Amino acid sequence: MRKTDILIIGGGPAGLAAAVGAYEAGARDILILDREERLGGILKQCIHNGFGLHTFKEELTGPEYAQRFIEKVLEYQIPYQTETMVIDVSPEKVATCVSRQKGLERIEAKAIILCMGCRERPRGSLGTPGERCPGIFTAGTAQRFTNLEGLMPGKEVVILGSGDIGLIMARRMTFLGAKVHACVELMPYSSGLKRNIVQCLDDFGIPLLLSHTVVDIHGREHLTGVTVAEVGPDLKPIPGTEKYFPCDTLLLSVGLIPENELSEMAGVKIAPTTSGAEVDEQLQTSVPGIFSAGNVLHVHDLVDFVSEEAMKAGANAFRYVQGTLSKGGRKVPVQMGFGVGGIVPQFVSENAEDKVSFMFRPRNVYRNAKVIVELNGEQIYSKKSMILAPGEMVNLSLPPEKLAGLKTADSILVRIEVPEA
Amino acid sequence: MKNVYDVIIIGGGVVGCAVARELARYRTKTLLLEKTNDICNGQSKANTAILHGGYDAKPGTLKAKFNVLGNAMFDRIHEELEVPVQWNTSLVVSFSKEGHPALERLLDQGIQNGCRGELRIIDEQELRRREPNVGSTACEALLVGSGGIVCPYELTEAYAENAAMNGAQFLRNAGVTNLRRLPNGHWQVISTVGTFETRAVVNAAGVYSDVFNNMVSERKVHIHPRRGEYYIVDKKYHNMFHAAMFQLPTKMGKGVLVAPTVDGTVLIGPTAEDIEDKEDKQTTAEGLAKALQEASRTWENIPTRAFITTFSGLRSTGDTGDFILGEPEDAPLFFNCCAVESPGLTSSPAIAKWISEQIAGKLELKENPDFNPIRKAIPKFREMTAAEREAAIAANPDFGKVVCRCETVTEAEIREAIRRPVGALDIDGIKRRTRAGMGRCQAGFCTPRTVEILAEELGISPLEVTKFGGGSRLLEGYLFEEGKNHA
Amino acid sequence: MKYELTCINCPMGCRITADYDGKEVTNIQGFTCARGKAYAQTEITDPTRMVTALVGAAGTHAPLSVKTQSPIRKPLIFDALQEIRKTVVNPPVHIGDVVIADVCGSGVNVIATENIE
Repeated sequence: MRKTDILIIGGGPAGLAAAVGAYEAGARDILILDREERLGGILKQCIHNGFGLHTFKEELTGPEYAQRFIEKVLEYQIPYQTETMVIDVSPEKVATCVSRQKGLERIEAKAIILCMGCRERPRGSLGTPGERCPGIFTAGTAQRFTNLEGLMPGKEVVILGSGDIGLIMARRMTFLGAKVHACVELMPYSSGLKRNIVQCLDDFGIPLLLSHTVVDIHGREHLTGVTVAEVGPDLKPIPGTEKYFPCDTLLLSVGLIPENELSEMAGVKIAPTTSGAEVDEQLQTSVPGIFSAGNVLHVHDLVDFVSEEAMKAGANAFRYVQGTLSKGGRKVPVQMGFGVGGIVPQFVSENAEDKVSFMFRPRNVYRNAKVIVELNGEQIYSKKSMILAPGEMVNLSLPPEKLAGLKTADSILVRIEVPEA
Repeated sequence: MKNVYDVIIIGGGVVGCAVARELARYRTKTLLLEKTNDICNGQSKANTAILHGGYDAKPGTLKAKFNVLGNAMFDRIHEELEVPVQWNTSLVVSFSKEGHPALERLLDQGIQNGCRGELRIIDEQELRRREPNVGSTACEALLVGSGGIVCPYELTEAYAENAAMNGAQFLRNAGVTNLRRLPNGHWQVISTVGTFETRAVVNAAGVYSDVFNNMVSERKVHIHPRRGEYYIVDKKYHNMFHAAMFQLPTKMGKGVLVAPTVDGTVLIGPTAEDIEDKEDKQTTAEGLAKALQEASRTWENIPTRAFITTFSGLRSTGDTGDFILGEPEDAPLFFNCCAVESPGLTSSPAIAKWISEQIAGKLELKENPDFNPIRKAIPKFREMTAAEREAAIAANPDFGKVVCRCETVTEAEIREAIRRPVGALDIDGIKRRTRAGMGRCQAGFCTPRTVEILAEELGISPLEVTKFGGGSRLLEGYLFEEGKNHA
Repeated sequence: MKYELTCINCPMGCRITADYDGKEVTNIQGFTCARGKAYAQTEITDPTRMVTALVGAAGTHAPLSVKTQSPIRKPLIFDALQEIRKTVVNPPVHIGDVVIADVCGSGVNVIATENIE
């Protein structure tokens, strides 16, 4: 059986940064496996700019951002194997993978970093009634067709969901000569960045229909149109508000799902709030020696934070291999209080040595609200924000000295406090 | 001699393909004409995928007879054709003590019909021991030991492939437009791909079977399509129920089914709505809501986030309530397989056997000593052991390329699905033959790759690749013509 | 003329209104911070955008991704796209290679954002 110290599953932004992080921490026996022909993951098709402001202090496109990390991987001579699909990971940290070149291989690792990313929610999962005709794509699939394969899905477009990929594709399709008729969003707010709403929709006069959804899909042989209706506060369509939009393409940007099939095979516990692994502040999962980072852990807004998180996972994986990773003792659970959704990490070790970062998504839009962390009933962090919104992850760090109380704590509470009306 | 067929079969659904295979046991020249781009494209692909025990049909009906006969043939089908079959039993669950007499009636009916295997009413305690997740109001059930589940696509494909291996011809995109009796007693079959002469015709045209019967016979038939809407739930829930969970029909309705599938997902449905349009396979907000509401008696708190997809299918419901099989008195050598709705899938091998025996008798067909009943399934990488996988990749490196990540389908399987006799011609055809694109991500990941492979294997441009033939193209055009601009 | 815009600096997305007579932006209202005010000023007088796009590559249908090296004036976007769309490169091309110099007289180059060999 092939052996390696650190096995990284996925060669996208998380996997590349995890490899770089592990190498820079001292690891020399690393292997990256990726199922595609080229490294870079989803960034390969994200040809728009806006990546890297935090990491490189400049705005890059997706392929450029990926290339920065790929060059590091090449410079450090970190081995990688593309067109290789991992089909199983055992709790004993043996990965089984297949490829054309090497057939079926079993690779035993001392530590594994799960960097598989996420996938898009498909139409079927929405239960939208109507025909099952071609012309309906997830935004990312359409993006792959246009940006990587030079193939155009259609010319008359409606977009369901106003996540960033949907917004970006509204602009891309417009740039490629298509007419985007509307971007339809179920919620009363968009989960996309304001910048994207302005520069991908407003710039081209594409209407953003908030509190609307697609209620019917038409076209037997090919999509010919969709019926859009307004929804009430219960998110149910309001009869009588239906409006027909002729179109040959419906792009879906209705959510991302971390791709944790392999994590589950490995026995890693999955947190229902993130659909990603449960991890401690070292990004170690419930299975010792298996770490998780990037969109497979929780869906991020910014690739910069993916890289940062993955580099940390890489460094910690190396410490684990070396036996120098803090055992940390008892794991103190992190409670999500009012307004807090999908927090990572879910546990903090009572002996946490480094600063501890929390990332979460506000459950709603809150103005002039405070993010508060409490330990043993005492506020150890409080920060006011003019606005908190589900579309923007909150990222906060606590220095170890603030966390002395962990030893006696049953839990650590993160909550949002809104000003009284 | 002129090019005369012995038998032309109209319709490449489960019954048409089963008849093609059964006829291959004789020395015949058989041609199957399918209107759409693929076999298994109508009600055969969108149904409950259940092997019914045979308790449901009224004693004495063709449905009762062929259901029980067909059910008994599936072990052999599994063996010969490598079609996935599981005998997981069926339960007809009553949610009210008042349902007891109705359960007794079903039991009695099942006994009269000659259902094989165990058939008895079980009390709440046994029901909950067998199915701990059944809804809180469930109080007793009819246990049907001969109930099972099958893959309806693979069944249809296996019939067709095996028939083709044994000499039957298949033409797709071949819609029959007219039938005429020739002076020599033969039939002239006029289709969109040409005119054929045949000694006998089998009408297995599903929801259109009334049209063909009515062309040649005064014994008019009327098929009204009955639409059923369904959900598929993620395989994560495949252990929720072991048996196919029927609901005891009541005054309120026939109830809907919650059943595991042979692929590990869970199926919920169908609703039953009579419609006019034979092509209307839309799902509707009302229908989907109704299916969910009714199913929630069996499965409380259905995880709606785990829905993979929804679909609808049309049943060929006839006005007699029974199958209409065989020659109408006024149209000799025209053999109906009309109004074959549920339990049509289960009945298909028995109907096919009976119809082909009828034909063989009338046409004095000789047995085909070379008939080979064995059809090998496309090797399923996801079901192989590690050693088998290793060997498979060594023999064909395309097994090392996973194309569909959700269902672990490899490029080798997809290529074989295209290359087989009566192979896939479109994206949906690949899906039905290999499961590529049927998993959680619903083809988001594999579509670009499947398009590429289809284009390559069929020698067409990716732009010509369709979802299900006709005008169902996926892509509109190239951005750049191999480095030339559009200008 | 009255201008109405959404600030893009943070999720607040302040609705800012202002008057502009072609020379001077006056009566800027609705912003909550200095960045918002500055954004309104430039967005009204001289809006610019980075443009990312695809060009053809000889011998393949697969395109090459490109971008303007710096933002160009917003009214030039579609002219620039038209010029970009007519361009075909001959591989190999590397990140940063100039694909179109001074696109539409903007003074800005269009450069490759990926490598093709």
